[in-house]
Amino acid sequence: MEYKVFLIKYAEIGVKGKNRHLFEDALVRQMNYALEPVGDFRMRKESGRIFAEAESDFDFDEAVEALKTVFGISGICPIMVGEKTDLKDLRRLAAEYVGQEYEKKDFSFKAFVRRADKRFPGTSAELAAEIGEAVLMEYPDLTVDVHNPQVKLTVEIRDHIYIYSREIPGPGGMPVGTNGRAMLLLSGGIDSPVAGYMIAKRGVSIDAVYFHAPPYTSERAKQKVVDLASQVAHYSGPINLHIINFTDIQLAIYEKCPHDELTIIMRRYMMKLAEHFAVEQNCLGLITGESIGQVASQTMQSLFVTDHATGMPVYRPCIGLDKNEIIAISEKIGTYETSVLPYEDCCTIFVAKHPVTKPRLNVIERSEKKLKDCIDDLMREAIETVEVVKIHAHQ
Amino acid sequence: MSEIYFDNGATTRPFPEVRAIMAQVLDEDYGNPSSMHKKGFQAERYVTGAREIIARSLKVSPKEIFFTSGGTEANNLALLGSALAGRRQRKHIITSCIEHASVYNPLSFLEDEGFEVTYLPVNEKGLISLEDLQAALREDTLLVSVMCVNNEIGAVEPVEEIGRLVKAFDPAILFHTDCIQAYGKMDCRPKAWKADLLSVSGHKIHGPKGIGFLYIKEGTRIKPVLWGGNQEKGMRSGTENVPGIVGMGKAAQIIYQDHEEKVASIRKVKDHFISRVMKEVDQVRDNSGQAPHVASISFPGVRSEVLLHALEDKDIFVSAGSACSSNKPAVSGTLKGIGLTKDYYESTLRFSFSVYNTVEEADLCVEALKELLPVLRRFRRR
Repeated sequence: MEYKVFLIKYAEIGVKGKNRHLFEDALVRQMNYALEPVGDFRMRKESGRIFAEAESDFDFDEAVEALKTVFGISGICPIMVGEKTDLKDLRRLAAEYVGQEYEKKDFSFKAFVRRADKRFPGTSAELAAEIGEAVLMEYPDLTVDVHNPQVKLTVEIRDHIYIYSREIPGPGGMPVGTNGRAMLLLSGGIDSPVAGYMIAKRGVSIDAVYFHAPPYTSERAKQKVVDLASQVAHYSGPINLHIINFTDIQLAIYEKCPHDELTIIMRRYMMKLAEHFAVEQNCLGLITGESIGQVASQTMQSLFVTDHATGMPVYRPCIGLDKNEIIAISEKIGTYETSVLPYEDCCTIFVAKHPVTKPRLNVIERSEKKLKDCIDDLMREAIETVEVVKIHAHQ
Repeated sequence: MSEIYFDNGATTRPFPEVRAIMAQVLDEDYGNPSSMHKKGFQAERYVTGAREIIARSLKVSPKEIFFTSGGTEANNLALLGSALAGRRQRKHIITSCIEHASVYNPLSFLEDEGFEVTYLPVNEKGLISLEDLQAALREDTLLVSVMCVNNEIGAVEPVEEIGRLVKAFDPAILFHTDCIQAYGKMDCRPKAWKADLLSVSGHKIHGPKGIGFLYIKEGTRIKPVLWGGNQEKGMRSGTENVPGIVGMGKAAQIIYQDHEEKVASIRKVKDHFISRVMKEVDQVRDNSGQAPHVASISFPGVRSEVLLHALEDKDIFVSAGSACSSNKPAVSGTLKGIGLTKDYYESTLRFSFSVYNTVEEADLCVEALKELLPVLRRFRRR
C-alpha cells in the first residue's frame, strides 16, 4: 500500500457560485504546472474536491512541496490506495493504514465511509462500524469518539479503496488566473519578489518589469532578477519579464535634475514605463515592494508623488510590513538568498547622500520639465529596445 | 576572435596542444595509475612524464613535485602541512600583508589554532623590506611565506634575498613562496632561492583548471592534510587527475620553450599599454610592478566595476583591481597596502596579458578607455 493520490481541498473558491468551475479549472491548471516536474498526475474534479492521481512514480515530499505552492489549496490529504476485493480486505487495509500512518496509537477516532461504488455490499454506516471495529481490535489503545474525534479516518470505496485522515495545510489564497493580471516592478531586492508573491496569492497573474542599467549594473545582476522571477513563478505561474534598458534615462535625470530628487524622479519614470507595458499586457494594476518609510523614496510624501506618475492603481502589499516581516516571507518562499546577492541594481548607483524625503509634486514636476527636450525620445528608445523573456518556474 | 582577453591573471586560454593531449587521455588512455594492468601503467607513464617536465622547469628532482587540485590546495598543503609537522617546536609564522586569500585564510585559521603570525607591510611598490623581515624573525619562527609575484599589481618580491636571509638566521625555518602568478612568466628556482615549498597552478599557464602542484624540497618536515590511498607518496591522497596533470605538463613544456621570447612578447604588450595609457589618458595612476604580465591602473572618478562592464560591452575583458561592490565592500589588501586612497583603490583595474595578446589589442583597449572615461567620469556618485 502506498500514496498514489492526493485529495485537494479548497476553501474560498468553494463559495463562488456560478463561477466555481472557472476557479476549479484555474486550480487544476496551476496544479498541473506545479506537478509537471514531479511526475505524471491525472486531475479529477468531483463534488467540491479535486483528486490528483499519480500515473507514474514520484517522490512524495516533492509532490507535497509542489502542491504547497498552488494558491487556492487549503489542504492536501495524502490518500492510501488499496485493491478493492471484499469486506475482509477492507478491514485489513484500514488497520494497516493506521499502523503505518501513526506512530503513537493512543488517539480517538471516527471512521467515515463513502460508498461511491454501490455494488460493494453493506451500507456506509455498517461499513464504518466494521472499520472502527477492525482498527480497535488491532490497536486496543485507540478510542472511538463520534462527536470530537482527534482523527477522522475516511474510507472511500471507488474503483479502488481510498483511505485518508491527514491533512497537510496548503498555502490558501485563490488560484492564479482567476483575478486578472498585474505588472510587478521587480528589482533585485528583498521586497519586490515578496510583493509579487502576495498579490499572486489573491489569484492575480503576474508579469514583471526590470530596469537594467549597463554598464552600471552587470549581467549577474540581470541573471539574479531572472532567478528571482523564476522563484516567484513557482507560485504565480509563468511571468513575462520585461527587461528595460534604463541607463540613458537615468543619466539624463542625473545631468539635468537636482541631485537630491534623482531617486524620486527615477521612480516616476519607472512607473510610467511599467504602465506602458502593463497596458500592453492587459494588466489592471502595478505592484511594488514599497513599505512606508523604509527608504527616502518610500515616505508618504514620496509615495504620493510616485503615484501621480501613473493612472493605474498601484498595489503595495508590503506597505504595512516591517523589514523583518518581509524577510520572513522571502525566506519562506525561497527568494531571500538570491535577493541578498551583492550585485548593484539600478536604484543604488547614483543615490544622493541626502535625497529628499518630503518631495512636493509641483516641485518635482517642475524639475522634470528640464528633461522635456530629451525624455520623450529616451522613453521611446527604452520601450523599443525592451527584451521580453518568458520566465518559468521550472527552467 | 574579436574579443580582447586581458584577464590572464584570473585564468588563461589553454594551449591547443593541452586540449589535444587531454582529449587523448580522456578518450583512450583513461586508466588509473594505481591499476596493475597495462592501462594503469600507461596512465602512470603520462603522470611521470609530466612530473619530469615540471621538475626540469624548476631545476629540481621529480621526487619533489606533488600534484594537487590547484594553487589553493598547494598553498593550503604548504602552510597547514608544515604547521602540523612543526607545531610542537615552533609557533611563529611570518608572511606579507599582500598575500592571496589561499595563503591569508589558512594563516588566519592557524592563528585561531594558537600560532602567532606576523604580517610584514609593503612599500608603495608592494615590496616587503628585508629589514622588517630580519626584525621579525624569531627563535620559534616555523615558516616564512612570501609570494613571488603579487596577483593584483604584479610586484615581484625579492625571494632570493628572502631565502638567503631566512636561512642565514636559522636553516630550520621553512621558506614557502606562492609562485602561482610567477611560474611561466619567469624562471622559478627554488634551489637558488632556498625555498622549501613552492606553489603553482595549472590554469594560469594555459593549462587546465583543477590542477596544480607543490614543490617540496626533499627532507622537508611536512604532513599531509588529505588522507586516503597514499598517492603522491602519501602527501596527497586521491586518484591522480591524469588529464589535468598531463595538460599542465604540456602547458609547462610549451611555456618554457623559447621562454625569453615569450616573456618579452608579453612584456612588450604590457609596456606599450601602460605607456600609452599614462600618456594619453588623464588622471591615472600606474600601480604596476615588475612582473611581465600585470598592469594595474587606477582611474579615479569612475568605479572599477562600471569601467569593467563598459569595457565588457566592447568585448574587452579585464579584472577589477579590488573586488568590491556597494553592498559588500571587500577592499583589496594589496591596493590598501601600497597606500592607495579610496578614490584610487575603488577605481583600479587589472589588465593581465598572455602570449595570445598583441600590441594591436592593447591599442584597441587604450582607444576604448579614451572613449569611455570622459563619459563615465561625468556621472560619478556624488
